[in-house]
Amino acid sequence: MHPSLTHYIGLSVILFCIGIVGVLVRRNAIVIFMSIELMLNAANLAFVAFSTHLGDTSGQIFVFFVMAVAAAEVAIGLAILVNVFNIRRSIHVDEIDSMKG
Amino acid sequence: MLQNALFFVLGGVVVISALCVIYFRNPIYSALALVTALFAVAGLFIILEAYFVAAVQVIVYAGAIMVLFLFVIMLLNLGDEESLEDRLSWAKRVAVVIASLFFAEVFYITIKLVGSVNAPKVTSGQPVGDPKTIGELLFTKFLLPFEVASLILLAALIGVITLVHRRSDERSHTSSDT
Repeated sequence: MHPSLTHYIGLSVILFCIGIVGVLVRRNAIVIFMSIELMLNAANLAFVAFSTHLGDTSGQIFVFFVMAVAAAEVAIGLAILVNVFNIRRSIHVDEIDSMKG
Repeated sequence: MLQNALFFVLGGVVVISALCVIYFRNPIYSALALVTALFAVAGLFIILEAYFVAAVQVIVYAGAIMVLFLFVIMLLNLGDEESLEDRLSWAKRVAVVIASLFFAEVFYITIKLVGSVNAPKVTSGQPVGDPKTIGELLFTKFLLPFEVASLILLAALIGVITLVHRRSDERSHTSSDT
């Protein structure tokens, strides 16, 4: 018996909410990025589940684009983070609280 | 039957790895837990017969993006983050409560609504997840998003090079710190 669409979407919701908790609770900027990746994966899972259950390939093509955008975002975000670290010597999000420099 | 068991096993692995990502103090442990979660999600894609997307997930997400994360973590050479009980513990409890409420609400809505979406799996003979179908759609119906995605990657490339570029005649910032 194939697990139904409800199971997959429920799992996607669980993953998304774990990602939300990670973004809100963690103070390390890199772990916040990783929680954002978790949320993007939850969305990808929902896309692919709907694509399979409705027989439409467009969902999987959108997953393609989500991955491309996620890769671009991670690259630029980590480059910014490395620059912030060079100046502030810390990536604790609470300590990066001034726009100067 | 096997798909059901595999779904629950892989689903359990994903959820436990995701909880490990947000729990561990050391960022390397979080990164490794996220790699596990990505592999398990690729397994779920395979159960859903989306073979191409599963391969792309392993190659791009777990193979490139996570390697980039690990490089940056090791470059910055961070220690462990301080424990959750330290600063702003009340805010963290509030955040967990709000996220749980959000989860309960969205879960309830999806369980109510998704059950009515259960259209029977359309078996038009055409497989949905194989590279041929994806390639055909990607180059006909989704050609514009495809080209725009290449522009996005170009913009990211230019942005990253601009951000980390250091002119050789410029004094580095670190030498002027006390």
